[in-house]
Amino acid sequence: MTTIPDHPPLLAVEHLSMRFGGLVAVNDVSFSARDREITAIIGPNGAGKTTVFNCLTGFYTPSVGRLTVTHSGGHWLLERMEAHRIARSARVARTFQNVRLFGGMSVLENLIVAQHTKLMRASGFTLAGLLGLPVYRRAERAAVDLARYWLDRVGLVDLADWQAGNLPYGAQRRLEIARAMCSEPRLLCLDEPAAGLNPRESAELSQLLTFIRDRHRIGVLLIEHDMSVVMTISDHLVVLDYGRKISEGPPALVRRDPAVIRAYLGEDEDGDGDGNRREGSGGW
Amino acid sequence: MDRAAARRGPPVDGRAALKDGALAGGVALALTLPLVGLRTVEVQSRLAIEFHLAEVAVTGLLVFLGRLGLSLAAGGLPGPVLAAALAAAAAGWLLPFPTETLRVLALAGAAVVAARALWALHNGRDRLSRQDRDRRMDRLGARLQDASRLLGPAAAAMAVALPFLPFADRAVLDLGILLLTYIMLGWGLNIVVGLAGLLDLGYVAFYAVGAYSYALLAQTFGFSFWLCLPLAGLLASCAGLVLGFPVLRLRGDYFAIVTLGFGEIVRIILLNWADVTGGPNGIAGIPRPSFFGIADFTAAPEPGRLAFHQLFGLDYTPLHRIIFLYYLILGLALLVNLFTLRIRRLPLGRAWEALREDDIACTALGINRTTIKLAAFAIAAMFGGIAGSFFATRQGFISPESFSFIESALILAIVVLGGMGSQMGVVIAALLVIGLPEVFRDLAQYRMLTFGAGMVLIMLWRPRGLLAHREPTILLHPRKSASRRQAEAAEGR
Repeated sequence: MTTIPDHPPLLAVEHLSMRFGGLVAVNDVSFSARDREITAIIGPNGAGKTTVFNCLTGFYTPSVGRLTVTHSGGHWLLERMEAHRIARSARVARTFQNVRLFGGMSVLENLIVAQHTKLMRASGFTLAGLLGLPVYRRAERAAVDLARYWLDRVGLVDLADWQAGNLPYGAQRRLEIARAMCSEPRLLCLDEPAAGLNPRESAELSQLLTFIRDRHRIGVLLIEHDMSVVMTISDHLVVLDYGRKISEGPPALVRRDPAVIRAYLGEDEDGDGDGNRREGSGGW
Repeated sequence: MDRAAARRGPPVDGRAALKDGALAGGVALALTLPLVGLRTVEVQSRLAIEFHLAEVAVTGLLVFLGRLGLSLAAGGLPGPVLAAALAAAAAGWLLPFPTETLRVLALAGAAVVAARALWALHNGRDRLSRQDRDRRMDRLGARLQDASRLLGPAAAAMAVALPFLPFADRAVLDLGILLLTYIMLGWGLNIVVGLAGLLDLGYVAFYAVGAYSYALLAQTFGFSFWLCLPLAGLLASCAGLVLGFPVLRLRGDYFAIVTLGFGEIVRIILLNWADVTGGPNGIAGIPRPSFFGIADFTAAPEPGRLAFHQLFGLDYTPLHRIIFLYYLILGLALLVNLFTLRIRRLPLGRAWEALREDDIACTALGINRTTIKLAAFAIAAMFGGIAGSFFATRQGFISPESFSFIESALILAIVVLGGMGSQMGVVIAALLVIGLPEVFRDLAQYRMLTFGAGMVLIMLWRPRGLLAHREPTILLHPRKSASRRQAEAAEGR
């Protein structure tokens, strides 16, 4: 998929609005995210970034707007789909602002669960698996191989049999990304992946994300406060403030946009807070 | 009880220990005064109050001394406390007590204090912290998990051999059947509670559906037990689906309450739909199972039928049917166990466990929560129903009384005490919860007291259950044993 201008983008968000009662968390936001590009959504706390994510991944049903995902010859209207269908059919995977691993299960099991749909089919919806047919055993071996590949990528091979909840925080964040990648998405949505990481870990994260973009050729959508990560790796920036899009474009351009400077200087922006300035803007 | 220790005066925290003991004694006094101290008696057909102040005073003193002994034993004086406790026990034997119950209580208290002091002596002065204790128990659990490769088959072999052991009389086999029924129910409920993490308080409803399915099908249509068994499972699992649908959106406590309600609804329907279920009279004369439809377990078979003892050329004894029932429930229980062990390694089982851990993350990975939950509900209900039809054929009589909430609570207690999701834990907990009260039936009313005390102790010491250690279902580095990995994780690397 080359970047022919009139080719539909991987993700098109058109006129998205999300209201909670009288409160407008997202107000008529439109943007698009392309294949093989990292698109970052930035903005002060409570700007509605996570709400956009929750609309995208089916956790909220948007009040207004259309969200289209286009890839492999098909397109999906996310605003009409259930959350698990979005992950399964439209192949949009996400991570969470506060890590949501299966803490009591092992690291490897986390990655195997991520391949549920594929394995469920291979196990003949459990029947073939119960009988121990080779079809399922082969599929499981392939699943372990994929898991091992991603464990290797995020440097967790040695800890594969650990309980996920016992991992240090940085490792949990990496594992969550690996788990999302194991579901073989076409669009990967990361909600503040660098939150709580030290500078070295942030740099590793940047490498991982560029690797995912360049080698796996998928689109990455990123919410991030850590400007060092955002400015170095993203190809496209969308800036939200008070639920509105105030700027969009390549990082170099957005950085100089007066509207963006105003939004940021007007706020006490220290880059790592995640408290919500306004109620209901989706604190996951 | 430990006057010696008290007189010598503890070096460090004596005042605190005394205060603590006095507080406990005061609470005991306040509690026993109305409960024990004042008793209404009938004097010439009139009610009068009788005072038992001596008993109250002795109880208060005993509690004070016991509490003092415990805190001193923990606080660095285990030696003197041990001596004092033993002396107190000897004295308790000789001293005149107002009642014999108090004497027993005094002796038991002295024993507890002595045990605590011994424990403190054995483990050095300082108390084990809660974390240390948890870690120790986890290590034990992990070791047991390693051993369960052998332990499981060994226990199964024991169970198979049981009817042929010399001490296996009717009472032992009946107890075995009862135990295995609860183990099967525990394993069935473990799918919903232990794996999928859905707190189901109405599991007995499916047990009831299975039992009534068999009873009604057998009596109305004359279906044989072997045809009814899968049918009862099927009907119970349909009931599971019907009950499952409305509660799917609920979580946690709300889910538990609604399932509790459903359990009661089923029981009340059975009680009131007298035309079909016989109401409170229940259903009697439920047919006994045949030997796979080939032979019956009777002394004199009906014409044209074969009797079991004739088939094998044995002498007739009623024990044959008991042994057969024993093997039947053993087979059914092992089937459930095998199924669970298998499904934990399949996507469905892993999805259940993932659902228990974090249902939102499950959805984000494309797992349909609805179908997964329904599957857990229906499968567990099926096993409950099969156990129910076994219950019906064993008893020959069923009534709604057998399916009260206390049964659900008991099964849930087995699962929770055993350690959620642990198969071996269910067996051990069933032995404790069902086996011990049966064995100690002679202790009459005290057995339920000790049962309750045991439950409280386990919840205090092992809130996650006896065997809470969870073994991964798939390993990338399979060579390390479970206890090894546990130790590594405990070190924190």
